Amino acid sequence: MSATETAVAPAAPTPEVVRVHVPPRSFRSELRAMKIVWRRDLIRFRNDRIRIVTSLVQPLLFLFVLGSGLQQVSSAGTHGVDLKTFIYPGVLCLAVMFTAMFSAASIVWDREFGFMREMLVAPVSRSSIVIGKCLGGATVASIQGVILIALAGAVHVPYDPVLILGIFGLQLLLAFSITAFGVMVAARITQMQSFMGVMQMIVMPMFFLAGALFPVASLPGWLTVLNRIDPLTYAVDPMRRLVFDHLDVSAAAHKALAPGVSWWGWHVPAVLEAGVVLVLGLAMLGIAIWEFSAGE
Amino acid sequence: MTATQTASQSNGAASERHAIEVESLEKSFDEIQAVRGVSFEVAPGEVFGFLGPNGAGKTTTINMLCTLVKPTGGSARVAGHDVVRERDEVRRNIGLVFQDQTLDGYLTAKQNIELHAELYGIESSLVPKRMQQVLEMVGLWERKDSPVRTFSGGMRRRLEIARGFMHSPRVLFLDEPTIGLDPQTRSSIWRYIRQLKEAEEITIFMTTHYMDEAEFCDRIAIMDRGEIVALDTPEALKARVGADRVRIETEDDEAAIAALAAKFDIEAQVAEGAVTFLVAGGEQFVPRLFAELGVPIKAVSVSRPTLDDVFMSYTGSTIRDAEESFAKQANKIMMQMMTGGRR
Repeated sequence: MSATETAVAPAAPTPEVVRVHVPPRSFRSELRAMKIVWRRDLIRFRNDRIRIVTSLVQPLLFLFVLGSGLQQVSSAGTHGVDLKTFIYPGVLCLAVMFTAMFSAASIVWDREFGFMREMLVAPVSRSSIVIGKCLGGATVASIQGVILIALAGAVHVPYDPVLILGIFGLQLLLAFSITAFGVMVAARITQMQSFMGVMQMIVMPMFFLAGALFPVASLPGWLTVLNRIDPLTYAVDPMRRLVFDHLDVSAAAHKALAPGVSWWGWHVPAVLEAGVVLVLGLAMLGIAIWEFSAGE
Repeated sequence: MTATQTASQSNGAASERHAIEVESLEKSFDEIQAVRGVSFEVAPGEVFGFLGPNGAGKTTTINMLCTLVKPTGGSARVAGHDVVRERDEVRRNIGLVFQDQTLDGYLTAKQNIELHAELYGIESSLVPKRMQQVLEMVGLWERKDSPVRTFSGGMRRRLEIARGFMHSPRVLFLDEPTIGLDPQTRSSIWRYIRQLKEAEEITIFMTTHYMDEAEFCDRIAIMDRGEIVALDTPEALKARVGADRVRIETEDDEAAIAALAAKFDIEAQVAEGAVTFLVAGGEQFVPRLFAELGVPIKAVSVSRPTLDDVFMSYTGSTIRDAEESFAKQANKIMMQMMTGGRR
């Protein structure tokens, strides 16, 4: 207390007050607001090293423990391809999903701890805040994705520039869509515990159904249906096809492990798959904006 | 654009007569009427206080004035702009310090202020200077690089006040600015607020349920059950009570209370170990008291009425009693506001 008391006295002879000015709302001010909400996510991520490490634990367990372990029983079916290589795209998507969900969760956190109000009373539109938030979550999740991309060599995925860029682009797209999804859910769910519960309930089934751990052709009928409905399928599949295009494997292995998604027998192009993820992401962003603006 | 440009020039709507103008403002949450038609005006540069127990409608009124809650009736203008139709204009001209914390604990003090400056679109070249000024004024400049989660409650409050001033608002709203702080910190917070107020031409609108804090205001509106029951300067309000507070220590308090009632028609009660009552012209009354009471008096003190007495004389209950009886209703209103605000 005494330190602050002494600070009061010398502050008294203020030379002149620096007056600032709040400009009317403009496109530029909206961009600034978006940018600072985005930057806040990055600052928080940087300060939170524990989170960077903990959200990597699960994907690495899947990749190296499950991948190495199951290799023993599956080697006959993988045509000599390492199981770790096969599940790598799916596990990368999982890591990105977890981080994106956590970023979206901070909206629930912000509301519980009051910071949300500081943003909501600012003279900017709520869409800028929601968009900034989604971009922030996407950026943070892609940083996590990049760590896994760096590990590509450890699971026999070549460091080919086209491949790496492709994977990076796809995981960025996924990161954005998942954050938008999380923000959309966060607009409705106001308690951290329920939010995490809902996320758990959604993330794991999405991960398993997406074919992250198995090829998507010749599945039982019910599983095929669920797999094709799962949006994550359309992020994992193009990524896996991209990886296999750059692997030196037999045609049989390629066909068995990365057959690609088909709709009623029609082979869905990878670009369309990425498009599905993008459109869903934008739609959820739109709903999130609408939900947050409705409260105004 | 110069650094010394005045707020009124820069933020539009030149010189209006009132900083805040409120006309029969109402707010109902379903069947509960939280604010029942309040009207008042606040002059530029004034410190205006809303005094009342929790649940009297103070926070709801403040939320309507700062555009967070839509009124269900009446109108209000803040800094010359209508709070419903010109919401953005109002927001650009006001600063807010909420009852509950709204800082990001994971960011440093500096980052919290910078974030605010960006959200409000303050010209980047002025941000460092202005930030140093507001942080120095609340004595936090040396701690600018510490994460806010390491701050004490009083420091956080000061940071929020600095942030509220950051964009040179014309009207600053303080909702229970010292709630939950110890008396020492409370008085230091007040010193900072007054200092900032003197440095900047700003109107302050605050709510409190601490009587002693209301004394800092130029004028006070006493609010009870969603209505303004009295509005004047603290001095005038106290004078209107027209009585002084007399405390006597006696051998037999019960007998003294009975004697006061019988001989002077005064209703007295035991408060903090002494018989206490209000009477007009306290000093003149003391000699009569000694002569006529008939119960030995050990000590006597006469004091001017406090705002507590004022509140009691207008509402018929002490602020603490009123608080208890409203606690339930307040809870209900808050629940509705929270669920309503989230939709």
